[in-house]
Amino acid sequence: MGEELKLHGAWISPFVYRVIWALKLKGVPYEYIEEDLSNKSPLLLKYNPVHKKVPALVHAGKPICESMIIVEYIEETWPQYPLLPIDPYERAMARFWVKFAEEKGDAVWALFRTSGEEQEKAMKGTLEMLKTIEEHSPDAKKFFGGDKIGIVDIAFGAIGYWLGVVEELLGVALFEAHAFPRLHAWLKNFTEAPKIKENLPGRDELVVFVRSWRAERLLASQN
Amino acid sequence: MVDEVVLLDLWASMFGMRVRIALAEKGVKYEYMEDDWRNKSDLLLKMNPLHKKVPVLIHNGKPVCESLIIVQYIDEVWKDKSPLLPSDPYQRAQARFWADFVDNKVYGVSRRVWATKGEEQEAAKQEFFEIFKILEGELGDKPYFGGETFGFVDIALVTFYSWFYVYETFGKFSIEAECPTIIAWAKRCMQKESVAKTLPDQKKVLESLLSS
Repeated sequence: MGEELKLHGAWISPFVYRVIWALKLKGVPYEYIEEDLSNKSPLLLKYNPVHKKVPALVHAGKPICESMIIVEYIEETWPQYPLLPIDPYERAMARFWVKFAEEKGDAVWALFRTSGEEQEKAMKGTLEMLKTIEEHSPDAKKFFGGDKIGIVDIAFGAIGYWLGVVEELLGVALFEAHAFPRLHAWLKNFTEAPKIKENLPGRDELVVFVRSWRAERLLASQN
Repeated sequence: MVDEVVLLDLWASMFGMRVRIALAEKGVKYEYMEDDWRNKSDLLLKMNPLHKKVPVLIHNGKPVCESLIIVQYIDEVWKDKSPLLPSDPYQRAQARFWADFVDNKVYGVSRRVWATKGEEQEAAKQEFFEIFKILEGELGDKPYFGGETFGFVDIALVTFYSWFYVYETFGKFSIEAECPTIIAWAKRCMQKESVAKTLPDQKKVLESLLSS
């Protein structure tokens, strides 16, 4: 397909990276447009009028929004390197875990922007989520998708990597190897996989950015 | 091999109704099992240990959970009749986006309309109409959200229609006055047998809520 493919994103966004990973795994070329989230482009607002967020994938001028919906679109449009199983039951299971990641992942995102009691609640939510996923984690050297990375790995991968960032930011250890051995091994495996490793934002840079972003927010909420 | 299909559900669950409509559209024979929300069955806890919620579709002994995931599963398994999702990937992405919007926005705000009071309820009522106005905008002058045929987004949203009398009674407002296009669309959907036979009477839903 030679039609124009553009991805509106932000380098700090875990949701954007899910889309990047899907495109890179499938070897699909695209143009990346970095958005300033504090000053969103008129084009982004046109492509995502409902949520006004990144990522927005624009294929031949037509926008698709919401990270995991975009990933399913990519899967259906470019069949190489399949991210979903063929069997309908296995597909339903994969979608179940993607939905779980979307719902419970909120606790991790909340860690970035909350403090006090709200943050305590988010920490608890994060630990509960990790416990559940640990129980369903793949065997050593495998992915949620089996021998290859699949849609569930992509969904959880964003949460896992950014969890490391917020742990450093807050100086807490939530995702400890001794408590979540299988999940820990899986994340290491995932982030070292060739197409993923080359497409991760620098952790130090992320920590620096989030630190100042969080400080600004807390200051603003006090005034 | 004869398919064994069981649906664990609650009659007034708008999520369960989505599955019932999908099964009816496909002409799938199934056993309906009404659960008890005050005393969840062992079967439910075994089939959906993570969320402990209905609906759960049990197909030849294997459980599928989460209503929209179940609807997609039904569409993929019984694919020879009445497609519920469009075949074009872009249209499918749009369908998933709007069904997702319904899930994330409509349930929460609707619950707050009938379950809260005072300022919180007033805020919920305002948000309720903002959300439905967005949905009206997306529907436009199409007969269904998917266009000419009833589909995934229609299934995701129409089940809430059975709760409209609850929202209107507690919220003391008229949905038809604010969102006439939505009401016209719902009535159009109700002309389909799968919808008419699935959605309980709005007054029955209110009575059940009041007596619970």
